[in-house]
Amino acid sequence: MTHPDLAGALRAVLPADCVLSRDEELHPYECDGLPVFRQRPAVVVLPRDAQQVRQVLRTCSELNVPVVARGSGTGLSGGATPHAQGVLLSCARMNRILEIDPLGRTARLEPGVPNLRVSEAAAVHGLYYAPDPSSQVACSIGGNVAENSGGVHCLKYGLTVHNVLGVRGFTMDGEPLDLGSRASDGPGLDLLALTIGSEGLLMVVTEVTVKLLARPPCVRLVMASFSEVHRAGDAVAAVIAAGIIPAAMEMMDRKATAAVEPFVHAGYDLSAAAILLIEADGSDEEVAGQVAEIEAVLRDAGASTMCVASSERERALFWSGRKNAFPAAGRLAPDYYCMDGTIPRRHIGKVLDAITAMESRYDLSCMNVFHAGDGNLHPVILFDANEAGSWERAERFGAEILELCVQLGGTITGEHGVGVEKLNSMCVQFSPAERAAFLAVKEAFDPAGLLNPGKVIPTLARCAEYGRMRVHGGALPHADLPRF
Amino acid sequence: MSAAPEAILAGLREQVCAAHAQHQPLRVRGAGTKDFYGESVSGEVLDVCAWSGIVAYDPSELVITARCGTRLSQIERALAEHAQMLAFEPPRFGGDPSMGGVIAAGLSGPRRPYAGAARDFVLGATLLSARGEVLRFGGQVMKNVAGFDVSRLLCGSLGVLGVITEVSLKVLPLPRAQTTLRLELPAAGAIEAFNRWAGEPVPLSAAAWSRGCAWVRLSGAPAAVRAAQERLGGEVVDATHAGEFWDALRDCRLPLFGRDALWRLSVPSATPMLELPGEPLIDWGGALRWYADPPAQYDIRALAVAAGGTAQCWRGAAPAGRFHPLPPAVATVHARLKQRFDPHGIFNPGRLVTGL
Repeated sequence: MTHPDLAGALRAVLPADCVLSRDEELHPYECDGLPVFRQRPAVVVLPRDAQQVRQVLRTCSELNVPVVARGSGTGLSGGATPHAQGVLLSCARMNRILEIDPLGRTARLEPGVPNLRVSEAAAVHGLYYAPDPSSQVACSIGGNVAENSGGVHCLKYGLTVHNVLGVRGFTMDGEPLDLGSRASDGPGLDLLALTIGSEGLLMVVTEVTVKLLARPPCVRLVMASFSEVHRAGDAVAAVIAAGIIPAAMEMMDRKATAAVEPFVHAGYDLSAAAILLIEADGSDEEVAGQVAEIEAVLRDAGASTMCVASSERERALFWSGRKNAFPAAGRLAPDYYCMDGTIPRRHIGKVLDAITAMESRYDLSCMNVFHAGDGNLHPVILFDANEAGSWERAERFGAEILELCVQLGGTITGEHGVGVEKLNSMCVQFSPAERAAFLAVKEAFDPAGLLNPGKVIPTLARCAEYGRMRVHGGALPHADLPRF
Repeated sequence: MSAAPEAILAGLREQVCAAHAQHQPLRVRGAGTKDFYGESVSGEVLDVCAWSGIVAYDPSELVITARCGTRLSQIERALAEHAQMLAFEPPRFGGDPSMGGVIAAGLSGPRRPYAGAARDFVLGATLLSARGEVLRFGGQVMKNVAGFDVSRLLCGSLGVLGVITEVSLKVLPLPRAQTTLRLELPAAGAIEAFNRWAGEPVPLSAAAWSRGCAWVRLSGAPAAVRAAQERLGGEVVDATHAGEFWDALRDCRLPLFGRDALWRLSVPSATPMLELPGEPLIDWGGALRWYADPPAQYDIRALAVAAGGTAQCWRGAAPAGRFHPLPPAVATVHARLKQRFDPHGIFNPGRLVTGL
């Protein structure tokens, strides 16, 4: 039950314009980037600084009210889905860049700063912030910390966890917690690593210090076509085996290129079963050498055609199709469902074959874009939510892909997080004892269990129920019946 | 002939379960190269050396998985055969550490500021818990955000949460070319130069200062190394001599490490020279400063804190513990984690944090 005067209690500690409680004000916050999960929160708060965040947490702690923190709401796993009786804490107004240290190559940021703005602000010093999720125009640094966000350049530059030096914030009961620093290491357990990717279950972050890198003076993009998906997969492995770590290595299958080409006119080879986009960056000399090596490896691996973007404009054009793959899916079907499994690279071909088989079984189409360099798949399942049973089939299709990823030694989520979406799949990837360890971590930070409850760690009962629904081999009995 | 692998793991489990049941402390130990490291710890030795071997290594996946007792030399040999390496250059302290120990200590060598620390390369880990369960976290893939990042938490945990029985690490190709330059520079000038170069597209792979000289290692594509070498200037050090210097720095075997009292200060890399007498040894492009035998009237911890870092007493009398004290809220989380992972306090009690 919602606390009778939650909004009043919050208005007592925050300026009036920081507390929203009227139905029409709450409406925009009822979902994040995965709109199939919707929930109206009891109250939304929009604090302007760390002290106001602390007041919110103290108040909610005293009243035993759940708190869900939210950045820009671009997350794809329902991690910021509100709690019906809880407070949704939006960091949108805390969007200042507090400091950029060009010599030490760090930036101190409030959590609501959009990812891309960091690189824009650092550009004058020849520096940038490496992680670049495809939503980087909108997604916030605080959200990136919560999700351990990746992007297309992770193979060479790592994820958020490799690029964040420290976070500052509060535990649920309002105690200040300062983890990591601008120094390289510190005493005790690496709680910073634990917090990054914790999906808002452990603490609320009010300040983030990130590492900035020297912007490479030269960037070039190679595009190659393959007549078979397996060959493209083998080519990816061959590039790595040749001792090359490209800045990015992306794959799109024919369905994906066909979906985006009419939209962006990137000049993709629509006759190819798959295309690879491979980027090299560094000094002029270094890039020239690396591009030549990449071309040689791809030729040996059986690329049918190959070209190097001749200008910055053409490079941006080649990328535009990849970066617009998800919106393009929206042109093919009323709704789409993007998955995020990761597999050892050697299984790329096997997984794509299996997905093709699943398409006919679930009677749904699926296009594949893929961070091939790090084995991170983004199958995009197309469906129509207005058609009875369509979403349920899409959801089961997605779950089966994730189970296959686990079977092949991979994981159910590479960069989008578990949220509410993959709670069932967590039962597949982790044993009860492992899930108990996650719960132990949660309790160590938030003994009352009020921060983003119901996300990431499935209950025993939920896993038991899910186990009963599954049969061996991953297929569900009576796959045509809708389930809720 | 050694025992069958399952029997070895079963033996470790048995010893852990018995210790848990009897509330008896265990001192988890691999090759013993870091017996000196951390707070002193008592307890029956849990020797993990026999649980060894490379479990999986596919060079094109850039991942190696090994059991905790596997020696670092075996890993590095296997990687070198495919022109790959552990880029964080774990220190060996003149011995041949076990992989479990490398990850439990979480220490990194000279390449750390440019390639990443041990924790940055951990992709997955298996934990033998106090209750005898074998728990797997992370995996063998580069990107993995399923559940909390417990495998990275274990890196640097000094074994206080359980026994790390297996680890999966990201590996990188060996650089095609490598050159070491030596430049005569005062320490303050070297710190400034290291930081400036790191903000430019220079292929740095190590930057240290010792006894009046800056040592800079460049690694990468031959053309990039050549171009940077011309830009930075200084004297090219021959490969043998350079290798000896970086190995000695990595393994803490330079003359300074022989002194009686030694402090390790981890500070933001561009921190100016600290107000401490005596010449430091500087590593990590300025982010790591070693000071030997500092006079008693200096409060080293306070100096490190003022610079935004922390100080660790590496060797010698340790006022209030070897490691820098934890802030209260952080200490609370530590205590709760320990309580939940190891309720009877059997694993390396007190080694990472006094009383924990």
